[in-house]
Amino acid sequence: MMASLGPHAGFIVGAYLAALIVTLAVIVWVWLDYRRQRRILADLDARGITRRSLRQGVSESLS
Amino acid sequence: MPISDFANPSKFLTLVSRVLPWLAVAAVIAFAIGLTQAMQAPDDYQQGATVKIMYLHVPSAWLSMGIWAVMSIAALGTLVWRHPLADVAGKAAAPIGAAFTLICLITGSLWGRPMWGTYWVWDARLTSVFVLFLMYLGVIALYWTAEEPSRAARLAAILTLVGAINLPVVKFSVDWWNTLHQPASVIRMGAPTIDPSLLKPLLMMAVAYFLLFAALHLAAMRNEILRRRVRTLRLMQANEAAS
Amino acid sequence: MSALAALYWRDLRLAVRAGGGAAIAALFFLIVVALVPFAVGPDLALLSRIGPAILWLGALLASLLTLDRLIAVDAEDGSLDLLMMTPMPLEAALAAKALAHWTSTCLPLVILSPVLALLLNVEFSAMPAIALTLAAGTPALTFIGLIGAALSVALRRGGVLLAVLVLPFTIPVLIFGVAAANAVIVGPAPFGPPFTILCALSLASAVIAPVAAAAAIRHGLE
Repeated sequence: MMASLGPHAGFIVGAYLAALIVTLAVIVWVWLDYRRQRRILADLDARGITRRSLRQGVSESLS
Repeated sequence: MPISDFANPSKFLTLVSRVLPWLAVAAVIAFAIGLTQAMQAPDDYQQGATVKIMYLHVPSAWLSMGIWAVMSIAALGTLVWRHPLADVAGKAAAPIGAAFTLICLITGSLWGRPMWGTYWVWDARLTSVFVLFLMYLGVIALYWTAEEPSRAARLAAILTLVGAINLPVVKFSVDWWNTLHQPASVIRMGAPTIDPSLLKPLLMMAVAYFLLFAALHLAAMRNEILRRRVRTLRLMQANEAAS
Repeated sequence: MSALAALYWRDLRLAVRAGGGAAIAALFFLIVVALVPFAVGPDLALLSRIGPAILWLGALLASLLTLDRLIAVDAEDGSLDLLMMTPMPLEAALAAKALAHWTSTCLPLVILSPVLALLLNVEFSAMPAIALTLAAGTPALTFIGLIGAALSVALRRGGVLLAVLVLPFTIPVLIFGVAAANAVIVGPAPFGPPFTILCALSLASAVIAPVAAAAAIRHGLE
């Protein structure tokens, strides 16, 4: 496979590797970010801080 | 951020969780087809096997400009219609756009070494993509420094629109500057006529890249909506504790 | 109109007064240009070839240095709020402020540039042309910087962020400014096209920048 790429195989493979690394980095970052936000929300939820409870609280305090 | 703003993003979140798996699968399939076609495509008579770098370089160059266009449309949505999803779309697109621009620069540089004999040429196209990269970093820096999300979105939208006006000017001036300084040894990238056998994998790769961007963008938008939800909950909690 | 003129003169007087920053920018310009021979060596042939580029870079950095305070001062002491309450459009007020900044900061650089060109061994005949390109191009730098100044006020951050936001936008100005100056000294290329494009950049940024800057301030202070 490497032989078929000619004299500049290193550059071609390098370009594909670099693109793969950058792409994977973005995917992993987005995925970790999602996990993190989900965890924080679940944590807040476990402590009883949800949108519904707070919304009631706010509307009660307003009325 | 008023509570009523959650109504729309909530619907959006359910839409994302329904669409995202399909988009991801479609992107993987498109990449599989595109990469296979790219590997089987014949070599260019002039550039040899290095033409295979084109299948990464050219679609990422298209996307790097396309994502700025997406951000500009989102910026209009932010400034004109004040749509909360537009804020989220603009912010989520910026790092992804910077990443694709980086891919374009790295692959272009690795393509340039065998073709031009040097990693970097101040070629008109490379230079304007480089300026575009700097502008992406500027927008990201603006998001970093701003604390309040909706104000950050509006300021970044202004910067994005000014950038959209500026980009054609940069392109034109860099082209003009390049003809003045053009070294004789440079081979122009991208032949004016491209053989169909090279074009087919290129278009397939472009489709794959686009699907990848769409999936990443939706996922990043979902993250941003969740991040704002966390922020709002914490602010409300703090308010309640204070009162 | 008289309100705008009053604003223009006020800003001008504040900038020229001790501690206003205009004189410091000129001093900074002088020092930047004086540093270059120490970095590249005292080769007069090389210096005369890159002379216009050095002068342009110096002018770019010197005008950027003072832009940080262009609106921030008014935001701090509350006069920006007063400006926004007056019947005159904020865009026009910002344009007047930018013009005052140009007169107090960039005009001295233009006047100083022939003297510094002498230090860089630029031909005597080319000095008016360099001063002319600086005079035509620096308004574009000021107006582009106005956007950055407005954004940094709205973000309540300044300094390096402003440079990061503004500098990529100044590349076309730099290209055509140096090209026009070089056309007189070395280039076979004519002086006309780059110079007229430079003027066009200044005029276009004078239209676009006040609108963008006013939008940034309105959205930022909401």
